[in-house]
Amino acid sequence: MTTDTTPKIGAAPPVVVTEPSATPSEPHRFSAGRALAWTFMILVILVSLFPFYWMLRTALSSNNALYAGSDNLLPVQTSAGGFERVFGLQTGQEAIDAGGAGQAINFWRYLFNSVVVATLITVGQVFFSAMAAYAFARLQWKHREKVFAFFLAGLMIPAIFTLLPNFVLIKQLGLVDTLLGISLPTMFMTPFAVFFLRQFFLGISREVEEAALMDGASKVRVFFRLIIPMSMAPITTLAILTYIAAWNEYFWALMVSYTDKSRVLTVALGVFKSQTPQTGPDWSGLMAATLVAALPMLLLFMLFAKRIVNSIGFSGIK
Amino acid sequence: MVTTTSIRPAKTGRARNGPRDDTRLALLFILPALVGFAVFLVWPTLRGIYLSFTKFNLLTPPEFNGLDNYVRMVQDPVFWNALKVTLYYVILNIGFQTVLALVIAVMMQRLTQRTWLRGIVLTPFLVSNVVAAMVFLWILDYQLGIGNTIIAAIGLDRIPFLSDSAWAIPTIAFINVWRHVGYTALLIFAGLQTIPETVYEAGRIDGAGEVRMFRSITVPLLRPILSLVLIITVVGSFQVFDTVAIATRGGPVDSSRVLQYYIYDVAFGRFQFGYASAMSVALLAVLVIVTFLQYRLTRAESSDLA
Repeated sequence: MTTDTTPKIGAAPPVVVTEPSATPSEPHRFSAGRALAWTFMILVILVSLFPFYWMLRTALSSNNALYAGSDNLLPVQTSAGGFERVFGLQTGQEAIDAGGAGQAINFWRYLFNSVVVATLITVGQVFFSAMAAYAFARLQWKHREKVFAFFLAGLMIPAIFTLLPNFVLIKQLGLVDTLLGISLPTMFMTPFAVFFLRQFFLGISREVEEAALMDGASKVRVFFRLIIPMSMAPITTLAILTYIAAWNEYFWALMVSYTDKSRVLTVALGVFKSQTPQTGPDWSGLMAATLVAALPMLLLFMLFAKRIVNSIGFSGIK
Repeated sequence: MVTTTSIRPAKTGRARNGPRDDTRLALLFILPALVGFAVFLVWPTLRGIYLSFTKFNLLTPPEFNGLDNYVRMVQDPVFWNALKVTLYYVILNIGFQTVLALVIAVMMQRLTQRTWLRGIVLTPFLVSNVVAAMVFLWILDYQLGIGNTIIAAIGLDRIPFLSDSAWAIPTIAFINVWRHVGYTALLIFAGLQTIPETVYEAGRIDGAGEVRMFRSITVPLLRPILSLVLIITVVGSFQVFDTVAIATRGGPVDSSRVLQYYIYDVAFGRFQFGYASAMSVALLAVLVIVTFLQYRLTRAESSDLA
């Protein structure tokens, strides 16, 4: 994937982008087949996007009215009550009257926790992986290929297998229920990140690097002043994908966090769901919470859509 | 593994004469990644295997108990049921998702290659499994969900999507298809880009229609990529947990108790880490076997394009 190396960040809103020269010059004649194909695609678009609209519609409805207006496509009895319950702006009694749980929920705290965890993981993982990738791509040392092969073998271990033993380790380190404990296992590297960046570093012309070394620059300097700036595009791509994955992680976070202190949004959402009255859940509150949890990644996606969409391919794997 | 020399910041950046050796600097550069790799990937893997031969409740040190956990596993009907449920889920999830993703990818290539379309298709992938499960829990609610409201409106019986044993797994499979199909389609789409346009032009000159070209050009040339996509998605699919934990908690009556959820339950609900580890090893073994079989069956290593 060496597509799009222009370091323009966030310049592309999702809609205006066209692919230069990628479109084959096929005749766009109308046919029944094409109409059928477009109908199918429109259906796919609808199914992809409808749940997002439905979250918003439900979140803006008042919960007690949802029962009577379940077939209404617009918000029923428009109200910000769902969001107010999420952000703890309603008193316990108000929330219970509106069909909510009545417990105070601390959404800003969870939002903060999610940001801290995703940031720690992204910054650490991308930076340390880049350093290792540079050592594998450019430095000369004994056993380099062997160590790299060993790293690659790590790709084969499914993440899920290391969860239990890692939990035992985090517990022994006394880091259960801390943000650091959630971040630590993926903060240093993933085999994929190292592999992905190494591939890219290998493609950078050696001449520029040699010239800098001739001028007396050290390799450390070359790495920070030359390699990193020249690789901003793939590094950004990797960082965004890592951030999204870290933000969305549920299973590991669920194991490690017990209290509000370290609860991230995904886990909080699960707790919020289990607290809602079992008979007649607070759907407008739940959907408001769901939307708030999803929103940051949707915004990030809007900013970087072109980069993310174009980065998905076999670069890293093949 | 790695030569352990004393680690001191190498200040020399000598580049010229003699064969270069950056061993010290290289060690410094790979040190953080190496520590992470050793501590959070290699060590837990070995430890996971070791713990599967022990009795361990997290509070007292693990006690070696030989094959006890494995014997118990073989005799545990809940384990076998979980394995069966997981397989059923993987087959539904992967079957539906792969076919749909392939169709979407081909259409994206043949209709329009605009980025916005790929962006929309990818959108569900941006939210967490938890979010996806929550939304569909609501949309598919028996009484109030818009899904069932529509079903009732067209005169059919309401469907207890997540509260009926027969429906639970297909519904969970569908929810995860919703989230992942766009990503899979984009992977396949990237593969389609590697097929030279000239092949299609030749096909068109020979009078082949779209369907014929799909069968005779796209599918054979895409095979290596398709099999890689399958290997990746199948491994991911076996690890299903989030959706089950949010939407059904394994119920009704074990009908959606996938292996990973059972492992979690045994470890954190009953604190039997040894037994949970043994089941994790079993899952790992299943994954290794499945991946190996897929690799052999789909001849992933060879391409027809050469």
